[in-house]
Amino acid sequence: MVRVAELQSKASPVDRPPGAGAPQYVITAGNLTKYYGDVAAVDGISFRVAAGEAFGLLGPNGAGKSTAMKMIGGVSRRTSGSLSVMGLDPDQHGPEVRAHLGVVPQQDNLDEELRVRDNLLVYGRYFGLPMSYLRPKADELLEFAQLTDKARSRVDALSGGMKRRLTIARSLINEPRILLLDEPTTGLDPQARHILWDRLFRLKEQGVTLILTTHYMDEAEQLCDRLIVVDKGRIMAGGSPAALIREHSSREVLELRFGSDRNAGIGAELAGIGERVETLPDRVLIYAHDGEAALEQVSARGLRPLASLVRRSSLEDVFLRLTGRSLVD
Amino acid sequence: MTEAAPGGQRPLSQPPHAAPVHAHAPAVSAARARRWGAFYYAEQVLRVMKGYGWTIIMYGVGQPVAYLFAMGVGLATLVEANGAPGFGGVSYLVFIAPALLVSAAVMTGASEFTFPVMDGFKWRRVYYGPHASPLTPQQIAAGQIIAVTVRFVLQSALFFAVIALFGASPGGWGAVSIVVATLAGLSFGLPLMAYAASITDDKGQFAMVMRFVVTPLFLFSGTFFPLDTLPPAVRWIGWISPIWHGTQLGRVFTYGYQEPPLLTAAHLVFLLALSAAGWTLTRRQFARRMGP
Repeated sequence: MVRVAELQSKASPVDRPPGAGAPQYVITAGNLTKYYGDVAAVDGISFRVAAGEAFGLLGPNGAGKSTAMKMIGGVSRRTSGSLSVMGLDPDQHGPEVRAHLGVVPQQDNLDEELRVRDNLLVYGRYFGLPMSYLRPKADELLEFAQLTDKARSRVDALSGGMKRRLTIARSLINEPRILLLDEPTTGLDPQARHILWDRLFRLKEQGVTLILTTHYMDEAEQLCDRLIVVDKGRIMAGGSPAALIREHSSREVLELRFGSDRNAGIGAELAGIGERVETLPDRVLIYAHDGEAALEQVSARGLRPLASLVRRSSLEDVFLRLTGRSLVD
Repeated sequence: MTEAAPGGQRPLSQPPHAAPVHAHAPAVSAARARRWGAFYYAEQVLRVMKGYGWTIIMYGVGQPVAYLFAMGVGLATLVEANGAPGFGGVSYLVFIAPALLVSAAVMTGASEFTFPVMDGFKWRRVYYGPHASPLTPQQIAAGQIIAVTVRFVLQSALFFAVIALFGASPGGWGAVSIVVATLAGLSFGLPLMAYAASITDDKGQFAMVMRFVVTPLFLFSGTFFPLDTLPPAVRWIGWISPIWHGTQLGRVFTYGYQEPPLLTAAHLVFLLALSAAGWTLTRRQFARRMGP
């Protein structure tokens, strides 16, 4: 049954049919808009998230992802549009909505003066949870976050990756079925990122709905069943990572480097190779179904790049196609 | 992680007295937080305070001992040798003891309701963690106020114990001055908290408040000499000062200071009104700044 559902979800990724249980969609946003003064941080976005899904908001810094997350999290009022989280309006029922959620904010806001384990206990108290539940739960979450031997440490003694894991552990103290993660791995080293991704995978396996913002395409590809690409407060595209790549990019990409002074001028000489040629300051990208074949064509024209690389298309290419800009500059 | 139960559905039958395996349903969290949220946040603030508990205790005991010795014993020999009138027939020590008690609470209020608020909104943004939970901004404000009130009571009780040891509270109702000091601390601190919650850019405003508000109030509120010995032109400082109203009220209880009952009632009303106004503005400011 699960496999069939997965296949169906791949077949129609943008609006996949909800599972049998109610509520069908845990989050529904319609024309969601947020202005700060005259500036539209979120400019009329609409999307739905089904229970158990890992849903991503991908976009550069300042795209409006965090603002959207704050509205979903019931800590920021929208300017207009509709929003429903677990069937409730967060503007009207902030505490009731927040009781459903676990939240990992962009900046860690742990209680620095408290010890690691006490951070979990105190946070659990905000949900009215009894100590008899919280004590064993805190130990279990510390193990999950690989922080058991740090239980008695003060928070300010932890590394960045440990603090991030503690923040995630804290967000799980009320056993939320929806987890909001705002840039969960920004600022972490590669090893810490992989540990964190592993923990998020496990939560997903347990059926927790994950909503995350990121400006890392690899993170979005790794974690998200479905995502929307956001730029300047608007949705540029939506779908599964594979579908987005299929729709907006070629199968493979040939990257060529001719040296920074020659890249710009060489575009015309490459015209006609592959489906599309994109010239960037440091390299030229040729979008083609078969990258190796494209490289042979380049050589046949007598062009000798300093370096060449054939790779699969990624979400980075999708973003470049949609906005004409790189995600991380 | 154990296997997760679906949201809102928890096992119905649990062996009695066993620790609950799963969190209660979100609706239960929300309902409990709606009711008790302020106390949940107060618990957090008190746990953090416990981290510097010794500082609080040393401040609570050390400060009165130092002041009562310096002023009430040292300065008093000078004051009383000159046969200064106007202390209502009590010793200088007895005269200044309630003033020092009230001033200490007000000064604690001036620090507990300023820097931590800035820390909450701006420096380390500590308010935004609990706000992602079912707690409301108003409950976060209320929780901090409850915790600081607990500190006022403890600190004032220690202070009063020292006053009593010095024999500086001859009246039978002296312990009521603990409540008076707490009220004075709130009446000064809550309007200040509303102000602190409105600050978005830290430009050293709190240092200015300390220098140009707290210190003048401390000096010109009938603390070290009766207010009516001041020139009429500056007497108004006392009338608008929570320290003066608190001190006069404290004197009524510690040594039976005689004043018209209407004036005593006015002190109480003034302190309560200032506290209520500060509380209302603080709630409004927190809600405006933090959202739903």
